[in-house]
Amino acid sequence: MSVATLPEPQAEATAGQLSVAMSCRGLTKAFGEGDACVMALRGVDMEVFAGQMTLLVGESGCGKTTLISVIAGLLDPTEGEVGVLGHDLRKLRGSRLVNFRGKNIGFVFQQYNLLPALNAAENAAVPLLIAGVRRSEAVARATKILDAVGLGSRAHSLPSQLSGGQQQRVAIARALVHEPKLLVCDEPTAALDAQSGKTVMQLLRKVAVQPGRAVIVVTHDSRVFGFGDRIVHMSDGRIIKVETPEGREAGGER
Amino acid sequence: MTWIALRMLTGDRTKYIAIVAGVTFAALLIAQQLSIACGLLLRTTSTIQDIVDVDVFVLDPDVQFIDELKPLTENDLYRVKSIPGVGWAVRFYKGQARLKLDLARTDGPGLFQQAIVLGLDDDTLVGAPREIVIGSLAALREPDAVIMDVGGFKYLWPDAPLESAVGRVVEMNEHRAVIVGLCKSSETFQTFPILYTRYSQALLFVPQERRVLSAVLVGADTGLAPKEVCQRINEQLGRGASGRALRAVTRDEFIWMTLDYFMKHTGIIVNFTITTVLGFIVGIAVAGQTFYTFTLENLNQFGSLKAMGVSNLRLVGMVLGQALVVGLLGFAIGAGLAGVFGEYVPRISRLAFFMPWQVLAGTAGAVLLIVTASALVSIRKVLVLEPAVVFRG
Repeated sequence: MSVATLPEPQAEATAGQLSVAMSCRGLTKAFGEGDACVMALRGVDMEVFAGQMTLLVGESGCGKTTLISVIAGLLDPTEGEVGVLGHDLRKLRGSRLVNFRGKNIGFVFQQYNLLPALNAAENAAVPLLIAGVRRSEAVARATKILDAVGLGSRAHSLPSQLSGGQQQRVAIARALVHEPKLLVCDEPTAALDAQSGKTVMQLLRKVAVQPGRAVIVVTHDSRVFGFGDRIVHMSDGRIIKVETPEGREAGGER
Repeated sequence: MTWIALRMLTGDRTKYIAIVAGVTFAALLIAQQLSIACGLLLRTTSTIQDIVDVDVFVLDPDVQFIDELKPLTENDLYRVKSIPGVGWAVRFYKGQARLKLDLARTDGPGLFQQAIVLGLDDDTLVGAPREIVIGSLAALREPDAVIMDVGGFKYLWPDAPLESAVGRVVEMNEHRAVIVGLCKSSETFQTFPILYTRYSQALLFVPQERRVLSAVLVGADTGLAPKEVCQRINEQLGRGASGRALRAVTRDEFIWMTLDYFMKHTGIIVNFTITTVLGFIVGIAVAGQTFYTFTLENLNQFGSLKAMGVSNLRLVGMVLGQALVVGLLGFAIGAGLAGVFGEYVPRISRLAFFMPWQVLAGTAGAVLLIVTASALVSIRKVLVLEPAVVFRG
């Protein structure tokens, strides 16, 4: 694998017929102040393209989670620019940011974070309920997505009645039900056995990756690297290389 | 979102029941203790409340409450009658007598009991009990006749049927008294039996004093408000007027005078306030702690919702909604249990219990404070929650 400098987002977008779903420039994030200051991100430049699954990999503490938190608008960067789906996140504040997130970004969490009191269909319907869709309609739409992830028959099961893999599939259904343009997945296979992890990644590729949607998956599970279109390696708050599974390297150390 | 909030609340049955139980216990304690306090205070005014058809009470100006009636003179009755607007005025006696239950015995436990003696105007019997259960009011005109309250009869002769009351002979101040009937009357503060008799008869049942007229009961002329009659009596016979001073009060004023005295000069309010405050504190502690723990345990869920686009305002609404539901349930069950307690316990004991709407409103207010305080602590936690916490596993 060779290492190259990241291209300008617009240039790559045009050249590769891929639209940029997310781009960030000179992103830094510091926690704490003075002697206690920890630099989680140290000037990250990165693009994520629609229609692709981008894997964000690296050892624990390298800044992956901080990076996706900033990309998803859950954390403010200390410095730098973040553009998501054509919006400068720094200019979206308060309720506008919350609404933007609710409408455009789907989340898959490591621990699924399903509401234990709601059944699978109701859990999957949550983003629609947040958006103000009527409950009956929301649950009906969620049930269809559950069918797509192979859990149609378990629509009425509570999370406690589902296996870890099934819960993560419900979480994927929940993340996709409102048809977001950016899907952010945090270690979706970390709590699963190898087979379930593989199933979840196959599912993500099958139902999540679509021409108008970008998928970012944070993982340190090397067994799933093959599912990504691009693999962005991080270390110590920096992107050290960007590669493709086929061996076509597209990024570089910064 | 309210629906999700409620499902989150009821999802963990154990915790849900614990929170509701905490609020229920507080509501029960507050409603029950306030109702007992109200019941006790109500009993202090029972004599006034049982004297119906009277507009104005004329008393000695130093009288502070119903159980401390300073005697008036016979002349005072006629002075009151002379005031324009006074439709009628009659004598009234209230005092205590020592009741000897068994004339054949000279000593032994339970032979003597204290009783309240109410002497009614001989001609009109104004102030008579509202409901005669056994016998008739007319029988009170017979020699040595007394009518006893049902509660007093059951207290003195717990095993005797009510029908056996008529004809029983007791002794007061070495005068025989014949029970000619039983009546319903409100429980008194002292829980002594109440004996209704004619005014002239009452004077025989109690030790002789120079003055015996406890109060003058007054009816206003038709169309005249009791307040107006009071004003006229006080202007002409009150302090500052010539002659011995009298004081006229309406029924409500007399009730409030009595309540005021008991509230200021006895420990009733202090004692029950302490218990009520303790109930409130227990409620805050139990419900607040459990609700806070519930929120902490659901923090990740709140974080997920926040990440998925739920605003802080809606999250506050969710937490407040949960608190409100807990409060409503706790209040309903707690106040309901207090009501059941008040309905059934007095049947087997002489418990004082009165639950006016003000007690329910006060309890509801206290419960609202409890759940709001509990929710506020939790809300703070939810508001400062960074949605990024959901990515921390």
